[in-house]
Amino acid sequence: MAKPYKTISYAKYGYLFSIPFIVAFLIFSLYPTIYTIVLGFTDCRGLGNTEWKILDDPFLNFKEVLDNPSFINSLKNTGLIWLLNFFPQLALALILTAWFTSHSVKLKGVGFFKVIFYMPNIITASTVAILFLTLFGYPKGPINDLLIDVGILDEVYEFTNNKIAAKLIVAFIQFWQWYGNTMIVLIAGVLGISPDIYEAAQIDGANGIQTFFRITLPNLKTILLYTLITSLVGGLNMFDIPKLFLDGKPDGATETVSLFIYNQAFSGRYMYNRAAAASMFLFAIIGICTAILFYIMRDKDEIAEKRERRLQEKARRLSGKEI
Amino acid sequence: MYYIKEKSRSKAQIPFKILAYTVCIILTVLCIFPFVVMIINSTRSTPQIQQHAISLIPSKYFMDNLEILTSKTFDPLVGFGNSLIISIFSTACTIYFSTMTAFAIVAYDWKLKNAFFTLIMCVLMIPTQVTCIGFYQFIYKIGMTNSYLPLILPAIAAPSTVFFMRQYMVPTLPMEILQSARIDGAGEFRIFNQIVLPMMKPAMATQAIFAFVTSWNSYFLPSILITRSEKYTLPMMVSLLKGDIYKTEYGSIYLGLFLTVLPLLVMYFILSKYIIAGVALGGVKG
Repeated sequence: MAKPYKTISYAKYGYLFSIPFIVAFLIFSLYPTIYTIVLGFTDCRGLGNTEWKILDDPFLNFKEVLDNPSFINSLKNTGLIWLLNFFPQLALALILTAWFTSHSVKLKGVGFFKVIFYMPNIITASTVAILFLTLFGYPKGPINDLLIDVGILDEVYEFTNNKIAAKLIVAFIQFWQWYGNTMIVLIAGVLGISPDIYEAAQIDGANGIQTFFRITLPNLKTILLYTLITSLVGGLNMFDIPKLFLDGKPDGATETVSLFIYNQAFSGRYMYNRAAAASMFLFAIIGICTAILFYIMRDKDEIAEKRERRLQEKARRLSGKEI
Repeated sequence: MYYIKEKSRSKAQIPFKILAYTVCIILTVLCIFPFVVMIINSTRSTPQIQQHAISLIPSKYFMDNLEILTSKTFDPLVGFGNSLIISIFSTACTIYFSTMTAFAIVAYDWKLKNAFFTLIMCVLMIPTQVTCIGFYQFIYKIGMTNSYLPLILPAIAAPSTVFFMRQYMVPTLPMEILQSARIDGAGEFRIFNQIVLPMMKPAMATQAIFAFVTSWNSYFLPSILITRSEKYTLPMMVSLLKGDIYKTEYGSIYLGLFLTVLPLLVMYFILSKYIIAGVALGGVKG
């Protein structure tokens, strides 16, 4: 009799202690989300306007956003900039991880390199954006001076006015800020793999490259998924750098979806309804991408597990004894 | 035999080591180059910078640059103070209430517990940018733009911190201690504040660093909600450096950037050990 009474009497504290979180979540997260969804169907526009009614054609804003070439352009930019930054970032982080965790070659100063490579990640993105804008200054700027000194350029070049160069620089800034973070996460993942496996590989005579591809990479799958999702969500929301670096210029080449939403709602247009509709597209894209990633990775894991179980059973049957 | 193998192996390692160190040194230069240019140019005058924008020798115009910088709308101290207020309070909210929420999940059995935890995991995926229109309209309606409360209070519900705290709490918090505290007559709230919080100190410290840096660096929401310049946060102050007022005052721009980076750099080099350990933990656990 005493036991069930006890659990019932303490359960209420579980609810009590989660009240602050739930209240803050309802007010500052769920309510704004629903409000944003609703606004997407309304005529809410104009500075300081909070009056609205549902449109006769509720999907008008969504249609208008899809018909807007600069929205489509911003989607393309966001995807392209993310791809340009993520794959080099992951490749470099993986190489550095392989080097820094290598069992056959011990490098010195790994701690120092970790501290240095992670540093750009902690610096305010808005400062970084303006710092790079100044570095790429035209007609006088450190990068131009450097490239002329080294002999790569003959005369000053306006990087910030070239659509491709501007995109590449934004992607580079993202890469520069995040590869250290990715590397540290991956190193932690590698250190979490049982040393026994590496020892076994060493006894079997596996070289560093074989060990990396056969042992390290397969065991990092979950962490790679984590990196991929966080980077994807972060990349799709990219705002600070493109906003403060060139504010979408030149000719919309660095305008990301977040920047498009911001510009629709806040920089002189005040079309909250259209911005809300665009937000919902962004939300849907993030949701779909995350779901697909989860699905792919989980499926593969399960298949591998099943195959392993089948192989083990086969081995057991063949050898005729328990393993 | 083994010895010979080891020796030949270490010889074979030399080209690899040369490659690895070269790449690492290039990356090191890449990481610090922008900051070095920024720091040195903050001591050079605008004509010097215009003549040649890269120099390894600091000059003596630091004070002149400071004078030009502060004579206009850019006021690093105001931005610093404002950012500090927001960051301290939102960090406190995040740490205290996330630990409390994690405690509710770990220490008690309640019906909706698992549903609640799933909810927390889902909220992790909702980015600020997506809900900002509704958030802005809501805050505008209740007349709280230009107030710091809408920037501080949402920190109470920090799903990733709750997740981390839960992971840390499961192995570190023995239920026997709670039981014996109850027998001694301590209330649940007191148990949380006097027993659980002290035990969670290491996790709280790590998470506090990240909560603080996130809040300190955040630009998107403040730039939507804050319009009065005396309420600007530091990242918003930085954005003034881009405007027309400093167009040709390169030395001052570099100095302004330097001043906003300085507190972070100092903090980073003092706490780098903990920060890197925290990043590693977050990745493995998250």
